[in-house]
Amino acid sequence: MSYLRKVLAIVIKDVSAELRTREMVSSMLVFSLLVILIFNFAFDLRADNQRTLAPGVLWVAIAFSGMLGLSRSFIVEKDRGSIEGLLLAPMDRSAIFLGKMLGNVLFMVAIEIIILPVFVVLFNLSAGDLLPLAGIMVLGTIGFAGVGTLFSAMVVHTRAREVLLPVLLFPVVIPVMLSAVRLTAAVLDGLPMAEMQNWLSLLIAFDAIFFALSFILFDFVMEE
Amino acid sequence: MIEIRGLIKAFGSRPILKGIDLDVAEGEFLTLVGPNGAGKTTLMNIIATLSQPTAGQVRVAGYDLHDDAIEVRRHIGLVSHKTLLYDDLSADQNLRFYARLYDLPRPQARIETMLRQVGLWGHQRDPVRTFSRGMQQRLAIARALLHDPPVLLLDEPDTGLDQHATARLNHLLDQATTASHTVLMTTHNLERGLAWGDRVAILAGGRIAYQARRPDLDIEALRAQYDLHVTGG
Repeated sequence: MSYLRKVLAIVIKDVSAELRTREMVSSMLVFSLLVILIFNFAFDLRADNQRTLAPGVLWVAIAFSGMLGLSRSFIVEKDRGSIEGLLLAPMDRSAIFLGKMLGNVLFMVAIEIIILPVFVVLFNLSAGDLLPLAGIMVLGTIGFAGVGTLFSAMVVHTRAREVLLPVLLFPVVIPVMLSAVRLTAAVLDGLPMAEMQNWLSLLIAFDAIFFALSFILFDFVMEE
Repeated sequence: MIEIRGLIKAFGSRPILKGIDLDVAEGEFLTLVGPNGAGKTTLMNIIATLSQPTAGQVRVAGYDLHDDAIEVRRHIGLVSHKTLLYDDLSADQNLRFYARLYDLPRPQARIETMLRQVGLWGHQRDPVRTFSRGMQQRLAIARALLHDPPVLLLDEPDTGLDQHATARLNHLLDQATTASHTVLMTTHNLERGLAWGDRVAILAGGRIAYQARRPDLDIEALRAQYDLHVTGG
């Protein structure tokens, strides 16, 4: 219980700090909305190609806006020196990973709650798609934020950290992105659950693998 | 309370600490003086579990740094020139966050006590970014003492403070650090090192080059030893 209380304390701290400034979430939100809008107008979408392009547009918006949040996750701690306060606390350092990851997932999900209805309206999708899409978005976000939090901690001591994070992270999260895009396409095409099973299993498996690896490796990453 | 044996720390092929042997007894105040780059902060970071030693053994409050790092952290409080505070949170939110990390029972009472002790009660709802550097450093002391650690590590805590703020900080540390605290402080200010410590040690060339108890030492003698070991004169 003590461990979970500490994880929760880190989440509450990150959310409280963000509520005071609203810098990160507002940037992520504006960026993701712009991506959806720009793609919507740039492709001059016709009814027959909307469903082909929509899944990719949605996940590009989620991945790139999520990257904005992830890149700030540890940089803020490092630049203000407060990361040492976390490292000094009498707890297993995996609690820091878990707290920061949950915070990142929360911020990304908050953005997704807003962009999903916009996405459905702009791409003329059915409101019935909202629920299954939300489920896929949460699963994809967990995988993305899990490994992203680890990489964010890894690059924080480097000079070109803002540039390095996407360069390192995007190749690694390809399986998550691929599964999430395929599942989103399947939902928009109205395919039955049985036909999505393989991609869904793959997404859940990668979420589990990425989370377990990041959880285990975090302590090594935080050592100098 | 702090036992250091054969401590070596190297960054790549560059050795910083070349074999430190040092003891700080329970209730003792040891000041470690040395020039910039002598490795004072590196030594503090190792004792605080923020950095891994290359070789050697460190024990704090009976706990080995390598085997019981969590217990070591529970027994230390660190005040450095970095405040380890969150600018966007209020003083109260900062201390509440650290109280949760340290599993403090009845945290609100303890937070009020600490804020009153450092003279920041009344500013508890203000964001830390609105505080002066002196106020932030006082809050950093409240943070470090919040869980009442038996071992205090003070790593040049007055860096960046003006004369008035330094005087207030010194007065506060004097009040806050009681006989029950074991204190290890680093400074490059010989006068302050001598005024504060029960014992003064000089860190030079990656080793403890000299140490003496205060009654046996005056500022001229310390300066002579410092010149001998640091500047070679």
